[in-house]
Amino acid sequence: MQAIDFVAPTSVDEAISALAAGSGMARPLSGGTDLIAQLQEGRLALDTVVDLKRIPELMAISINSDGLTLGASVSCHSINNNQAIRDAYPALIDSTHLIGGTQIQGRASLGGNLCNSSPAADSIPNLIAHSVTCHIAGPNGRRTVPVEEFCTAPGRNVLENGEFLVALEFPAPPANFGAAYLRFIPRNEMDIAVVGAGASVVLSDDGGTIQSARVSIGAVAPTPLFVQEAGDALAGQPVSEETLAKAADLARDAARPISDMRGTIPQRKHLSGVLTQRALRIAIDRARGTKTVDELGRLNGHG
Amino acid sequence: MASTKQNGTANLAANGQNGYRVIGTRPVRPDGVDKVTGRAVYAADVQMTGLLHGHVLRSPHAHARIRSIDTSKAEALPGVRAVVTAADLPVAEDKIEDLGEGAINLKYLSDNILAHEKALYHGHAVAGVAAINPHIAEEAAALIEVDYEPLPPVMTVDDALADDAPILLETLRTDSMGEIGSEQTNLASFFRHQRGDLEAGFTDADLVVDRTFRTETVHQGYIEPHAATALYSADGQITIWTSTQGSFAVRDQVCEILQIPVSRLKVVPTEIGGGFGGKINVYVEPVAVLLSQKAGHEPVKIVMSRADVLAATGPTSGSNIRVKIGVDSNGKISAALAELYYEAGAYPGSPVGAAANVSLAPYAIDNLQVDGYDIIVNRPRSAAYRAPGGTNVAFAVESVVDELAEKLGMDPAEFRILNGARENDRRPDGVQYARIGQIETVEAIKESEHYQSPLEGNYRGRGIASGYWNNWGGQSSATAVLNPDGTVNLNEASTDIGGTRASIAMQLAEAMDIDYEQVKARVVDTDTVSYNDVTGGSRTTFATGLAAYNLGQQLKKEMKRRLAEHWDVEPSGVSYEDGVFSAGGESLPFVEAADLVQEEEPLMASSTVHPQDFGPGFSTQCVDVEVDPETGKITILRYTIAQDVGKAIHPSYVEGQMQGGVAQGIGWAINEEYIYDDEGHLLNASLLDYRMPTALDLPMIETIMVEVPHPAHPYGVRGVGEVNIVPPAGAVANAVYQATGVRMDKLPISPANLLEAMWAKQAEGAAELVPGDD
Ligand SMILES: Cc1cc2nc3c(=O)[nH]c(=O)nc-3n(C[C@H](O)[C@H](O)[C@H](O)COP(=O)(O)OP(=O)(O)OC[C@H]3O[C@@H](n4cnc5c(N)ncnc54)[C@H](O)[C@@H]3O)c2cc1C
Repeated sequence: MQAIDFVAPTSVDEAISALAAGSGMARPLSGGTDLIAQLQEGRLALDTVVDLKRIPELMAISINSDGLTLGASVSCHSINNNQAIRDAYPALIDSTHLIGGTQIQGRASLGGNLCNSSPAADSIPNLIAHSVTCHIAGPNGRRTVPVEEFCTAPGRNVLENGEFLVALEFPAPPANFGAAYLRFIPRNEMDIAVVGAGASVVLSDDGGTIQSARVSIGAVAPTPLFVQEAGDALAGQPVSEETLAKAADLARDAARPISDMRGTIPQRKHLSGVLTQRALRIAIDRARGTKTVDELGRLNGHG
Repeated sequence: MASTKQNGTANLAANGQNGYRVIGTRPVRPDGVDKVTGRAVYAADVQMTGLLHGHVLRSPHAHARIRSIDTSKAEALPGVRAVVTAADLPVAEDKIEDLGEGAINLKYLSDNILAHEKALYHGHAVAGVAAINPHIAEEAAALIEVDYEPLPPVMTVDDALADDAPILLETLRTDSMGEIGSEQTNLASFFRHQRGDLEAGFTDADLVVDRTFRTETVHQGYIEPHAATALYSADGQITIWTSTQGSFAVRDQVCEILQIPVSRLKVVPTEIGGGFGGKINVYVEPVAVLLSQKAGHEPVKIVMSRADVLAATGPTSGSNIRVKIGVDSNGKISAALAELYYEAGAYPGSPVGAAANVSLAPYAIDNLQVDGYDIIVNRPRSAAYRAPGGTNVAFAVESVVDELAEKLGMDPAEFRILNGARENDRRPDGVQYARIGQIETVEAIKESEHYQSPLEGNYRGRGIASGYWNNWGGQSSATAVLNPDGTVNLNEASTDIGGTRASIAMQLAEAMDIDYEQVKARVVDTDTVSYNDVTGGSRTTFATGLAAYNLGQQLKKEMKRRLAEHWDVEPSGVSYEDGVFSAGGESLPFVEAADLVQEEEPLMASSTVHPQDFGPGFSTQCVDVEVDPETGKITILRYTIAQDVGKAIHPSYVEGQMQGGVAQGIGWAINEEYIYDDEGHLLNASLLDYRMPTALDLPMIETIMVEVPHPAHPYGVRGVGEVNIVPPAGAVANAVYQATGVRMDKLPISPANLLEAMWAKQAEGAAELVPGDD
């Protein structure tokens, strides 16, 4: 690991110029739990690291009736400890409680997880299920991108040179909304998802019909997949195992995984269906108000 | 049978059992405070003036000829002090004709330190650099230009034995029970143990089960990476500070490799963060010595990264194993055959010999044959790992035994009692057993609350398995200094990995009838006591403990002699009881006696031992699992281990060994494996993807210490460190069968492998997937 310049701007504009000056050899730093490991392992060569954590907007949490705006560098720990977020978006905690362990969560951010753009990232299918919008700043001003369009390839995304993620915007959860994220790993922690699945539903007032749904699966394609057809197939259907199984089949069909040391193609396709169905069950339970986040924590292996 | 079920350290015994003062109690360890406060000095903590930092360049290829190495750019980098390659090692080739096989071994040893003409595995060390900081050293290593000619990799038993297999070592010839072959080969050796009439035994059998198994390469997974600092002084004296299981083993290997007399090298062992057999071979030590010499006699420290540890040290063999066992109509084993093909890694020396001894050891068998094959492949040179070779073969044998019991309609514990080995029965290689405790461990499991309690629920299953380990005696040396305040300094050279400083000090205290707190035990360097074998083979509490016992006897005897002089009586007239010396009307407590007897002349004692009669260990274990039928993931619900421990000197550390061996065995059973691509690149050289169990993956492991005292030790001690890792894979596989109806023929039983096996079973059209699920 060679010497690297470290800059810590305090405004979005300063950060844009610091990044643009690096001409490709500068990168933003949030928690550093991906970036520093990649530098140490020689997987990344940089001359400048731009720490975003002194920019107030990147560390801000704003939650009201319009929804939640989360600064890109806010740590998982801050999210886990925010009761308003836990109450309004309990399913988000599925991811923030899962990434690494307690120490990692003290640093790791959702912005970093998204911008690292790993196909197996544990927050991205969940952000897709939550219909999140990405707020981006750069030399040409600000723009927004739906989160399902953010990643473009393993480790790649829509950010242009000098651009960075400022915040994630979550719409206010509609009535009878529930979501969940589940991943499969061979152990009970310290693993990268073999497959991950995020799901959300909006149910009818009586809880018997799915009005709309979103399904997203991870680690089964070059980017986390938004399986729109699975959500569409659920819309208007009664809540039943059969309905969920159909959505699970669509997720399995949508998965186009590779075989690698973390999983095989048949295993990953199969798990895409299994996890989609399980995540939908939890999302439905939550929409009906029958399952708590702590119960889910156990499902994810955080007993 | 003194069977104690003890779990954790909740029930601290105030006094030892069975009339002992110290033995059987659970005092704090001498190294405890330093370890919990972070003061203990591990190998990477060594600091000294002028310290340089080393980095080792490793082969990116699994199999390649090294045409040339150009180090000039690295040497030119500012801050670099020395660069070494195999050219800096004494040429081992010259010795081949002179010294025969020993020289060939020396060449392998040397080639593994720094590759000469060929790199034989991904991660094989090729060059070393010393620089003023680790970053420059790493940068310089990247500037070394190695011209490789990549060769086709040979990764498995099947690759290595194929007719047209590429040859790894040009000079290797098969040693077939002493007969040396004439052809180039990857088969380093073959042996056969045989007794009785195998064919007749199988003909007599009512039922025969014949299966083949595959297990993958696994690593010991010690938490502390290898690290060493060497100082080659200007006067030619060399010192190495290192993390090792055997400071004398380091001395001997480094002196062999560098061709220097042992008197020029002192090895100072640091605290050690685990070894499990993997910290016996040297890796970075000789490189650090060469760099220190070349860098102008400055000290050089090399700390391996986790990736280097996984890629280039340790692992134990993957294997192909066939087991065929026949039973008569009463369920008695009539014949057994085992064929063991073990991957040694890049140089000969897999643990297949030990595996053969383990294979059928828990059973009394008249007709048997065990064949062993030691095979080289393009993987790191295999090293010892806790009961080396045992887990692989016990997985195979215990799976077949379970299938036999099932087909006979017999309880698997009953089957093991009916066929169990007892005193005077023989191991596969013919060695006859003295008093052993195999049957007692099966009975302890059979009678346990765990085995007796019903297991309910779908996709849940219970399995048991037994295992054997021969243990070892080895050579130990220790000295004891009596202090005038009545304390004793115990100097011994056995690396303390599992609390042995305490358990050895306890034996000295017991022998002298003084308190444990009166003994100050420390691990010393190679210049301070005589030769001492490695902490390995479960020998340390047994053999170094025996030396400590002898020291106590000597000190007591000499104290009596001096007191007799003082009191003017015959030495035989002085008695010592409950810590008080007395003769006639005179009496003196130990502490005062310690002062008095040294008024004229100080007192110390030394002891060297080489016990040949070490008692083997047996263990039987029981596990409940639940399998997620949709993902293939195994949850370990409950685990109980019964082990014949001889006599538990410090019960907490015995339980710790039992639990540790089981934890490692479970990892081996369900997730751990080396994963290679088609070119022989190791893909998972990190603890993220080399999946050892975490605390969340294991239940509390319940221990039953079965005490069948070993007759040849004053306190009945048997080695307890290794046998515990032998049964887990077999036990888990048998439980998985009960849970799913699938008999796994390979390790690990990872979610992907189990899911696939369950699918294959379903595709076979098995009417019902889960036996007993009705
Ligand atoms: C021990 C350990 C366990 C882990 N476990 C998990 C796990 O279970 N699941 C999981 O998904 N991940 C895991 N990770 C990976 C990592 O912790 C997460 O991806 C984390 O969310 C990254 O966040 P960060 O803030 O640390 O990102 P950083 O490392 O700071 O950044 C990651 C990448 O995003 C870029 N970046 C950061 N912020 C911005 C921004 N605002 N705009 C543009 N680009 C930006 C950086 O330049 C870098 O390329 C683990 C890592 C470790 C070390």
